[in-house]
Amino acid sequence: MRGLHQEFLIYLLMSLVIKNLTANIGDQQILKGVNLEVPKGEVHAIMGKNGSGKSTLAKIMAGHPDYTVTGGEVLMDGENLFDMEEPDERARAGLFLAFQYPMEIPGVTIANFIRAAVQARLPEGEELEATDYYANLYAKMDALKIPRAFTSRSVNEGFSGGEKKRCEILQMAMLEPKYAVLDETDSGLDIDALKIVSDGVNALRSPDRGFLVITHYQRLLNYIVPDKVHVMVDGRIAMTGDKDLALELEAKGYDWVTEGELATA
Amino acid sequence: MNPETPTTDGLQFTPSPVWPDWFRSAQQDAWNEYLATPAPTRKDETWRYANIKALDLSAFRNAPPIASEGKLINASTGLEAIAAKLVFGNNALVHSQTDGLPAGVVVQPLDVAARENEALFRQYFLSQPVELGSHKYALLHKALLSGGVLVHVPANVEVALPIELYHWVEGANSSVFPHTLIVLGDNAKVTVVDHFKSADGAPAFACGINDFHLGRGAKLDYVAIQDWSADTLAFHINSTVCDRDSSSTALVANLGGRHIRGESFSKLAGEGSRSVMLSINPLDGERHVDQRTLQDHAAPNATSDLLYRNSLDDKSQAIFSGLIRVEPGSKQTDAYQKVENLVLSEDAVAHSMPGLQILNDDVRCTHGATSGGISQDELFYMQARGIRPDLGRRLVVAGFFHSLLERLDNETLRARVAALVNARLGVE
Repeated sequence: MRGLHQEFLIYLLMSLVIKNLTANIGDQQILKGVNLEVPKGEVHAIMGKNGSGKSTLAKIMAGHPDYTVTGGEVLMDGENLFDMEEPDERARAGLFLAFQYPMEIPGVTIANFIRAAVQARLPEGEELEATDYYANLYAKMDALKIPRAFTSRSVNEGFSGGEKKRCEILQMAMLEPKYAVLDETDSGLDIDALKIVSDGVNALRSPDRGFLVITHYQRLLNYIVPDKVHVMVDGRIAMTGDKDLALELEAKGYDWVTEGELATA
Repeated sequence: MNPETPTTDGLQFTPSPVWPDWFRSAQQDAWNEYLATPAPTRKDETWRYANIKALDLSAFRNAPPIASEGKLINASTGLEAIAAKLVFGNNALVHSQTDGLPAGVVVQPLDVAARENEALFRQYFLSQPVELGSHKYALLHKALLSGGVLVHVPANVEVALPIELYHWVEGANSSVFPHTLIVLGDNAKVTVVDHFKSADGAPAFACGINDFHLGRGAKLDYVAIQDWSADTLAFHINSTVCDRDSSSTALVANLGGRHIRGESFSKLAGEGSRSVMLSINPLDGERHVDQRTLQDHAAPNATSDLLYRNSLDDKSQAIFSGLIRVEPGSKQTDAYQKVENLVLSEDAVAHSMPGLQILNDDVRCTHGATSGGISQDELFYMQARGIRPDLGRRLVVAGFFHSLLERLDNETLRARVAALVNARLGVE
């Protein structure tokens, strides 16, 4: 009994656990009881049709103010995300969301933006050392094949789709989150950009970090090979399998999942 | 002491001995006309929405000589590499450094200019009518002027490094009358930076005028960094006259002051001339900036491009009233006018009144005003990176101004203004 309890505790402290999560936008229920566990060191993919609720799940975890959580919880290493009201608290606690549509922030340079984010994680009174910061930033930009001149460009302003997504991964690399949620990071990428972005993500895979990769297409999962694949249908996880499930979905589409679910129900 | 002529309160007409007689007599006339001119009321079109009560001058006095000359000179440091620097404290020249100027370029106090360059002074000093409302205050300025600078760059001379001018006010209720007269010969080029600063946090009154005159093909880059104390009432009246193919870019950064009235008049007098009029106004507390502009197209093929940006926090207020006037015969005019308000508080107020008066049909004019807050999604994006919302908002505001500063060609100057804006907003 005691052993089981300890095991459960360790598991809880080493995972991102989503339990019975329900959420609305306005009066409309979008999430209808999501259950999911991403242990550290693993990459889980969520696939699903447009409108199934997968991007909503990402935004809700990050704390987007448009959504109302109506039930359930999300535990990050045992800590309830919803106890942290502001999105920035959750981010500093170790959650990262790579946006499907990264925002443009005119007049704020990439270098200053990321520096503010890194600085926000330091204890009060501690100043980020500029030389170290730039050395780190440049090394990570080089790895992601982002030209160094981008440091003085305004965040995402006038960037191509591929440049925006590379900058999301750059931010992730600089912020070293415990858990990263990648929301349709493959959308709008050509094959070269997809490869660069995937390499960037794979380089960050570590026993200390979990990933939740949200995607509509199987293609991304050729490059970022998941430990598990979950299929989301109508605000719930309808099916879970290994990486081959993604191939099956690619071949058969999504409708058979729903039919199968109905058959079992 | 005679109780009928109070000497401790109110501005007095005390002609400065620095001027030649002919100018002192002109000052006496200006003072008489000032007294005879009625104060503005909100019924005047040029004072619509204005807070007239804020213009009460009764508490202000003629400024005494400054006490902390050395301190102010030491604090007058901006750009690293400059061609010249003049420092004024309470209207008196306290420091002059002109050894970096090319031969023939004049940077001198106006009283010296009135003697040594009398013809130039008579031709250009206050040569443009003040039409945007502050006629009375321009008379006061003329009457009480004792400091001020002439920058004269002769034809075909380029001053590569910027010229910096510092205008300090010191002491409770002191009044200063800064004046920057810039005269550029044909194809002359110069960059001038005016710094308006308070030596203390005391209430003060500033009434400044700039006259810019660009000869054919001349190029002027001008930046005013207004950083008066938070308890200062200030008028800043500008006129720019652009001759054929000349180009002026002028930025006014209103970082300080309690109540600022700005009037800016650009006259596109020559064919193919260009005037870029920029202003950034980070407002908070109960600060009030009231700006009136006129882009007067008096020649064909000319361009004017006005972009003013205000951020309004707390109970601050911004008024903008601008007019593009295209005179008959000014064919192929390109004129733009835009004011953008970033509203950060429900208690802040922005009145924006862009306007056009087009007297011929071969023109391209756009004008407009926008008001909006920081988008929720923009803020969420920053928060999702761990940036606290308060800093996120300030970064967005700083970015709003930085993207306007990209209009400045001089990179060093742009970085300097950006740093001052950041300091003003508490960003890094």
